[in-house]
Amino acid sequence: MAAQIELQGIERVFHLGDSVVHALAGVDLRIDAGEYIAVMGPSGSGKSTLLNVLGLLDRPDAGHYRLEGRDVTTLSPDEQARVRSQRIGFVFQSFHLVPRLTAAENIALPMVLAGLPAREREQRVRQALAGFGLAERASHRPDQLSGGQRQRVAIARATIMQPALLLADEPTGNLDRATGDEVVRLLEQLNAGGVTLLVVTHDAALGARARRRLLMEDGAIRHDEWQGTRAHAHG
Amino acid sequence: MRTADLLGFAVGAARGNRTRTVLLMLAMAIGVAAVVTLTALGDGARRFVVREFSAIGSNLVIVLPGRTETGGINPGSFVSSTPRDLTVDDALALQRAPAVQRVVPLTVGNSELSAGGKLREAMVVGTTAEYIDVRQFKMAQGQFLPREDWNRGSQLMVIGAKLRAELFPNQAAVGQFVRVGDRRFRVIGVLAATGSGLGMNTDELAIVPVSLAQAMFNTHTLFRILIEAHNRDAIEAVKRQALTILQQRHDGEQDVTVITQDAMLATFDKLLGTLTLGVAGIAAISLAVAGILVMNVMLVSVAQRRSEIGLLKALGASGGTIRLAFLVEAALLSAAGALFGYALGLAGAALIRAIYPSFPAYPPDWAVLAGLGTALFTGVLFGVLPARNAARLDPVTALARR
Repeated sequence: MAAQIELQGIERVFHLGDSVVHALAGVDLRIDAGEYIAVMGPSGSGKSTLLNVLGLLDRPDAGHYRLEGRDVTTLSPDEQARVRSQRIGFVFQSFHLVPRLTAAENIALPMVLAGLPAREREQRVRQALAGFGLAERASHRPDQLSGGQRQRVAIARATIMQPALLLADEPTGNLDRATGDEVVRLLEQLNAGGVTLLVVTHDAALGARARRRLLMEDGAIRHDEWQGTRAHAHG
Repeated sequence: MRTADLLGFAVGAARGNRTRTVLLMLAMAIGVAAVVTLTALGDGARRFVVREFSAIGSNLVIVLPGRTETGGINPGSFVSSTPRDLTVDDALALQRAPAVQRVVPLTVGNSELSAGGKLREAMVVGTTAEYIDVRQFKMAQGQFLPREDWNRGSQLMVIGAKLRAELFPNQAAVGQFVRVGDRRFRVIGVLAATGSGLGMNTDELAIVPVSLAQAMFNTHTLFRILIEAHNRDAIEAVKRQALTILQQRHDGEQDVTVITQDAMLATFDKLLGTLTLGVAGIAAISLAVAGILVMNVMLVSVAQRRSEIGLLKALGASGGTIRLAFLVEAALLSAAGALFGYALGLAGAALIRAIYPSFPAYPPDWAVLAGLGTALFTGVLFGVLPARNAARLDPVTALARR
């Protein structure tokens, strides 16, 4: 079976004044469908850049990224937008909900942008609200929701288009321990349903729950561990 | 994205940024209102003058003594250099012209009128019975001057409404006597109040037979001869015939000026049309300022909404969708602002009309269209340009800016 994600020699370079920062320096990575991966490492190690490249939010300067067998690095911005719309869901540390929209409207936003008919949207939103325990909060705006509720809305929004890949950047970073656990369990449930889950986190406890852990340092993957056992490392 | 969703999204965005929305619409509204009100003012002035001119009478040709333009050399040029006076006999001669309907001689002077111990300075007009028909006056009381020999008038007088009110405040004016210099005139009629009439306020006129006015002012010359043509098409013929007759009578010299009401009207129309354009130019500047205001507000707002744009891109919106969403939003805001400004401008014009009822301050259609069009165009342009730049950003760059 072909890998869902294949990265080959991905480089991402930032120019900060005179200095050149290699946020990603030759990253090779294979991810199969349905994996649960935690990306860990110190600040500035390139975790978020890797996530952005995987989510087609950022373009690598060199290397190839094949998503489901298709080279997506050469796609036009509009084609990439379509891939994001259909295949990828994002969960951000600071939720990134649109403050003027209600919970239901926020969840429906990806479907609105994709141009799905209103009736189908309503049905899916209703299911999502029920599924994520938000039925009572449908018409509340983000500032009327608790942190955990906000992140659940964000996860509902990320999965409403039934993506194959769910990317979460510090999903529990702005939450207390109990609420964070609740959110993590939610993400793991989705993963159990077949969605590939990739979580960027500082939190060792959260990282330990993943079946596969990538440890990044200076823009490269130093350790690639499976279920607590070291599988192989890139030098 | 579906059309209904686009509209809903745009309205939501506009309502979510109230300060920005209000600022934007205000800028638009002030610009459009300025255009509408100012052009209403300018065009109102034009209409006012045109109406005043029309009030003199219809199909009029006016003869005045002296020449304002050279007519080449003719035998008369060598005989005399001073223009001859226009006389009552000239006016009588003009009655022979075939295209002429009526001829009215006019002598004008200021004199002191006294009646019942009251003294008042007034403009005295010497004319004939036809004057009332040519000027289309209405009588309030009594009658106008009788038809009689132009060279031997009776000592009768017709006065304006204001003059009547001042000279005879508590009694009927008709039948009373008014003294002008060493002559006594019997008042036989009072003109209905009209208010206006191009410099001469008819409400303050005292009208007497032309021969008596000339005698009082000790002159043989006429101030004007008014000729009424049979119809509008005859005006040019009247002008030609009048010139020929007067040239013959004045030893072949063209020493009078004949102007038509139409020509005067056209001149004033053009003049005031230019004025309106000038005012429209000033208004256009305010519209341009409004456009720049809109651009600034939009620039700031797009900068503030970069993260929203980034989020939309992350959720799968293409650059085109984002541009379209901003376009619809800018169009909605500018349209609402422009319409609001239009209403405001109409209200301003209505206020002017309420304060000066005789002033027809209505905005011309071209100004309204140009104002609304420019507002929409600048609003959409300045709304979309910054959004275009934002839509081009990589989503991660847009997301990172908070």
